[in-house]
Amino acid sequence: MRIENILNKIAYFRCEHDEHMAHGTVIIGNGIAGITAAREMRKISDERIQVISIETPYFFSRTALMYVYMGHMKFEHTKPYENWFWEKNRIELVQALVEKVNPEKNELLLSTGEQIKYDKLLIATGSKTQYFDWKGLDYKGVQGLYSFQDLEKLEANTPKPFQKDHPTKKAIIVGAGLIGVELAEMLNTRDIEVTMLVREGAFWNGVLTPSEAAEIGHHIESHGIKLMFESELDEVLADDSGKVRAVRTKKNEELECQLVGITTGVKPNIDFLKNTGIESDKGILVDEYLETNIPNIYAAGDCAQMREASSGRKPVEAVWYVGRMMGEVAGANLAGKKTAYKPGPWFNSAKFFDIEYQTYGNVMAKPEDKQEQYFWKVKDKNKFMTIAWQKETNVFLGINTFGIRLRHEYFNNVLKKKMTVGEVIGGMRIANFDTEFYSKWDKALKNDFTSETGIEIREPNMLQKLLQR
Amino acid sequence: MKNDTLKKLGLTLFVIAVTVFFSLSFIVDISFKDKDVSSLLEEKNKGLANIVSTIDPAPAYQMPGALRNAFNQYNEVIVNEYGIKDDELKNFIEKLDSDASKFDTSAVQSFFGKDDFLTTKFLENTSWMIGRDWQNFDQFKNSINDKLQNVNKAVVSEYGLGAEKQDAMVLILMTVGAPDFLKTGLWAFLIFGLAVAGGFIHFIPLWRKKPGIHNDHIHHNKSQTRQWPAIIVFVCLVGFYIFLYHYPHYLANQIALLKPLSENMSGGAANQWFLYGFMYTLAMFTMGARMMIKYRGNMYQQVRTVSVFFFQVAFAFTLPQILTRMQLPAYDLKSAWPLEYSFFFDYRIDEYMQNGSLGLFLFGWGVVLFAIGVPLLTYFYGKRWYCSWVCGCGGLAETVGDPYRHLSDKSLGSWKIERWVVHSVLVFAVFMTAWVLYTAISGDSELLGINSYSVRSTYGFFIGFVFAGAVGTGFYPVMGNRVWCRFGCPLAAYLGLVQRFKSRFRITTNGGQCISCGNCSTYCEMGIDVRWYAQRGQNIVRSSCVGCGVCSAVCPRGVLKLENKTEDGRINDNPILIGREGVTLNL
Repeated sequence: MRIENILNKIAYFRCEHDEHMAHGTVIIGNGIAGITAAREMRKISDERIQVISIETPYFFSRTALMYVYMGHMKFEHTKPYENWFWEKNRIELVQALVEKVNPEKNELLLSTGEQIKYDKLLIATGSKTQYFDWKGLDYKGVQGLYSFQDLEKLEANTPKPFQKDHPTKKAIIVGAGLIGVELAEMLNTRDIEVTMLVREGAFWNGVLTPSEAAEIGHHIESHGIKLMFESELDEVLADDSGKVRAVRTKKNEELECQLVGITTGVKPNIDFLKNTGIESDKGILVDEYLETNIPNIYAAGDCAQMREASSGRKPVEAVWYVGRMMGEVAGANLAGKKTAYKPGPWFNSAKFFDIEYQTYGNVMAKPEDKQEQYFWKVKDKNKFMTIAWQKETNVFLGINTFGIRLRHEYFNNVLKKKMTVGEVIGGMRIANFDTEFYSKWDKALKNDFTSETGIEIREPNMLQKLLQR
Repeated sequence: MKNDTLKKLGLTLFVIAVTVFFSLSFIVDISFKDKDVSSLLEEKNKGLANIVSTIDPAPAYQMPGALRNAFNQYNEVIVNEYGIKDDELKNFIEKLDSDASKFDTSAVQSFFGKDDFLTTKFLENTSWMIGRDWQNFDQFKNSINDKLQNVNKAVVSEYGLGAEKQDAMVLILMTVGAPDFLKTGLWAFLIFGLAVAGGFIHFIPLWRKKPGIHNDHIHHNKSQTRQWPAIIVFVCLVGFYIFLYHYPHYLANQIALLKPLSENMSGGAANQWFLYGFMYTLAMFTMGARMMIKYRGNMYQQVRTVSVFFFQVAFAFTLPQILTRMQLPAYDLKSAWPLEYSFFFDYRIDEYMQNGSLGLFLFGWGVVLFAIGVPLLTYFYGKRWYCSWVCGCGGLAETVGDPYRHLSDKSLGSWKIERWVVHSVLVFAVFMTAWVLYTAISGDSELLGINSYSVRSTYGFFIGFVFAGAVGTGFYPVMGNRVWCRFGCPLAAYLGLVQRFKSRFRITTNGGQCISCGNCSTYCEMGIDVRWYAQRGQNIVRSSCVGCGVCSAVCPRGVLKLENKTEDGRINDNPILIGREGVTLNL
């Protein structure tokens, strides 16, 4: 192992000093997609790898920015790898903004004025905040929450921890999605009064079922957040110095605030690719090998759009896990190991203040034809779930779980095997991933489910053996 | 009341209690007037009582000096009476007629008397001088003069109060000399009660929060990020340990506070270890209550906290007192060798043997505990059954140390250091025990030319005091709450080897759900980079993991679960992250 390292170092040193060296692979973006690709590539190949990002010198976990603001962690803690890791694995990190891509010359123009050549290129530039055409978005105190720079901006716009004499006392958050809830939780720790403008009649009701949306809405309100349903932003208003002083909604209400958080979603960060010949729609269009219309240029993560999404999946999926999985595939392809991106059953997770949320498979906010749903709640607890299945066949479709942890491996298996809902619920004891000593709920679920739906529960023996390890 | 006000009030009360506690050393006089000093002294030293009772009342911090003066004064009298006086030695040397070769056993015997104590001690110190080639008589004279002091020290030990007994005597006398008003229990109640009340008031804001994860502002808090308040706590803790181990007499008034409690429990007087045990238990109680509040809604944390507190109260604090009362060896039944490093020391073995079947039981229990109990339970439940459910050191770390858990170093470098250091301590503990046992059984005092006592005392100082005490607890505010457990504890190393290689315990990673946020690694008190494993879908199997379960608690995505299951698939060095098709192992 040691000798291998030394040989690698020598090879690396030679590379660096060889004028006619191959340009190797360049990855734009050091987020989860870009970095996973670089690491995956390095596992297979010895080629030169450069990763370019303007955001931060090292990879960090974007999802953890909220914890830095709340004081759960320092920014250092969000870095999944120590700083020496990159040199040891010969992944060269460049901190710069890529201004132009020139596919004809295989060349990038950086903000530093430098030009970088590549043999293969991966674009993994992620997302940026989606702003709509509201008036007043330029005023001081209006921001999104996505990047490290957004976090810095938020620190500048809000009181320091424990600070009492700061002008920012009230905030309006526009849009009720996952980032909106995160921002609300963050601002809550600095004693800022938060109001969320929710366009729809319930919280995140494009994804959550009505019962879930109601439960989560109540929970958020119980933390002192004000939810204004069926309210839309019309205009941000500022004082003479250009600082936010209020927002006006489409119902013509004026709401005082010193901070406006725009969390109405994200969109692929691909503006710098205009007129390069790289085809894009919402995101960069890629085939199943994540290759763009130009050979040797790939895209992965939030900024990529599948030309043909696999069934049950969307063309653009801006979530951490997809970024990671696409990164794995892109890395393999860059290293010459042709691999198709075939996502398995959908899964995701989030946390709404104190309530953890996991989802496996597909539970529709409004069930389609021939789909059934069952909502079940542990009495007086913030623990509930929705189970979805196909009518007639009883094939299990998916589950949303709140305040109850479930085993990914279990649901990945039952979804792939297309097991029936009765079998899936029958195996809930194994599926339970709650901490030890938590009160068990699987028996109550089984009883309630059978008595309300009449569907018979079956213990899956085969699975039990498979998963008992 | 407002949360901020409550926090400040609680802290103020606590600081007042601590200040009063320590100021007892400075402002409360110790006095021997009207005290029965004589009954504390050996028959031969009753004369010392008169001298001690003339000492003027003085605060505790001055009294050790005054007492030592009294001891010296007394011992001078003893030397005058029983020792060799300067002129006696002069006469003896004159008798030799400036001829060193005349110095021999019979010359000594004829001068000092044949079977006399003095003759024996004098010869012990000078027999090497007999028949030597001296350059001149002056050289001989100087050597013999030098040895006079040793002889008189021996005289003091025999007839007076020897230097080796003085430290203990200072402490015994001072605790008796502490004023009676401190010994009624009222002041103990007031001081300790105030500290505990301060703590509880400080926790009210935490109680007002909903169940959930309460880590807001930890990294904004000066006392939790190695800034000045943390340094003050650090200095106080380390200082307290140094005084406790090396200058306990300065704490005589504080020890006196617990006189009624000690007498009710063990029947004997309180000493510094009783005070320490009491404060340790009380600190665990108060901060344990904080854990119960902080982890409302997390049964694992609550049950575990109740468990460590139970073992502290019942096994570490109460049981030894009861055993003492029954005149049995005071043994903490849950403390296993090699953490209980003196378990196989000859004096301990003598104690067991002298106590018939019960002593034998205690000995057998200890052997079974480390040889069978520890590996067996670790096989089934991981080392957590001990480290975070039973152990006293672990108990303090998990309660008092909880606010500092994020301060442990997670770097790969620190892991390397940890493995070297902790396993070295284990090797050291095993060798020391072997040394001591060998010398006890064989009767030789040395093995490989090294005295077993020096091995033992080196271990006792560096591992027992410096590592486990001053560093182990004192460094909470700077290096996290498990410094001792991670780098120093030989039992943890032993448990860790079992856990790593033969156990059903692991922390399961939930498929591909990790988002690499880093909460798990940040709050791992043992410095394990939990995220490293979680983000690649790998189970966490690490020898150092004490199974506190906090990684699982702080995980925002439900990724980690502590589990005991069959050994298949526990260790997987080539994990597959669930989420997409066509992933194959690249073996």
